[in-house]
Amino acid sequence: MSGVRILVGTRKGAFILTSDGNRRKWDISGPHFGGWELYHVKGSPVDPNRLYASQSSGWFGQLIQRSDDGGKTWNPVGNKFAYDGVPGTHQWYDGTPHPWEFKRVWHLEPSLTDPDTVYAGVEDAAIFKTTDGGQNWEEMSGLRGHGTGSRWAPGAGGMCLHTILIDPSDHEKIYIAISAAGAFRTLDGGKTWQPINKGLNSLHIPDPTAEVGHCVHRIAMHPSRPDVLFMQKHWDVMRSDNGGDSWTEVSGNLPTDFGFVIDVHAHEPETIYVVPIKSDSEHYPPDGRLRVYRSRSGGNEWEALGKGLPERDCYVNVLREAMSVDSLDSCGIYFGTTGGQVYASADAGDNWAPIVRDLPAVVSVEAQTLP
Amino acid sequence: MIRVIIPEHLRTLARTGGELQFEINGPVTHCAILDALESRYPMLRGTIRDQVTGQRRAFLRFFACEQDLSHEPIDTPLPAAVASGAEPYFIVGAIAGG
Repeated sequence: MSGVRILVGTRKGAFILTSDGNRRKWDISGPHFGGWELYHVKGSPVDPNRLYASQSSGWFGQLIQRSDDGGKTWNPVGNKFAYDGVPGTHQWYDGTPHPWEFKRVWHLEPSLTDPDTVYAGVEDAAIFKTTDGGQNWEEMSGLRGHGTGSRWAPGAGGMCLHTILIDPSDHEKIYIAISAAGAFRTLDGGKTWQPINKGLNSLHIPDPTAEVGHCVHRIAMHPSRPDVLFMQKHWDVMRSDNGGDSWTEVSGNLPTDFGFVIDVHAHEPETIYVVPIKSDSEHYPPDGRLRVYRSRSGGNEWEALGKGLPERDCYVNVLREAMSVDSLDSCGIYFGTTGGQVYASADAGDNWAPIVRDLPAVVSVEAQTLP
Repeated sequence: MIRVIIPEHLRTLARTGGELQFEINGPVTHCAILDALESRYPMLRGTIRDQVTGQRRAFLRFFACEQDLSHEPIDTPLPAAVASGAEPYFIVGAIAGG
């Protein structure tokens, strides 16, 4: 019988939640790497038992852990992330030049075809790649060096490269997103990159429609339609139907168009999910009521999904890596909160229940559908 | 025999416990101790000093003989009591953070 494994990264360790295809009873293992920040844990689509974890700490820096048995055992692999050449400067919060400094790995994106190949999105923003299972990492410096890097700036969480999407129909085409620079695309496997931010409108930067400088929080794609992209920006939910050449706003009737996560139903490419969050700076659900919003039309028309979620007095956030979907029928949706809850819906969002309530603040959630 | 005590999280990472002991050929300095430590426990590379810059991580200090030696040049010979093994060399993490 098929099953699901949920890889949860938190501020104080990683947790692995497993269930059979019914998704009613869950086993919980962890904390793995207790006391460390686990920004992201993700499995290879080729070999689901090959997992990679980004483990970091303010005391001890960055580690990468690898498991070859689905998270039962782990071994540290290479953790040297050296920028190619002299890294130069980006903008600091006040607009002054600031040197590029490696802080941590935000996102690990295993290759669609090779379990030993992984892309890493890091802070300060850059993309690295390993082809030997994590032992060695090399920067794909065409991104940082393509020409606009000196105009990138950090968001409140740091200048992070947090999203990496590989086109399943053309593995040379990769999309990435940076807070606060925007979205970028390569068509040649990472040698050259182009900003793809036409149509974004960000009122908090001097030129709201600038080529770069936008605080993109997350991008999602359905594998059957890789040219259709959905974006949760700092404010505004956006979509592109041409691989990022241009974007249009689809915030529609959302109670607030601020948020972090966005994801796509596994079997319905026009069904998308967001979690609206109140901002500026509050960063909790409107009215203390936690609700996922679903659009079955690719945006603009949204319905609130709250059955089983807190109806009142809820003041958690849902961070950008903290939503994922499985590919069972019906599609399971999962998200984690800064309050330590991981919620699951086994019916595409109609009904929700917590898998676990009292973890450390959840940073990332990744669902694996197991054979 | 040099005696080295590292923070608990690094002991867990290195899958070792308590006090570490090893020989160092040549002058006993910060750099020599860290080189020997990272050679025996490669998983510690980057956790005590940055792999690119070689700088000590900001939340770590090096103590020995009731002195904070963190700001000594890395090639300065350490006290004789450390070199002889009479006193341990402590790598200490700041007791800060949430």
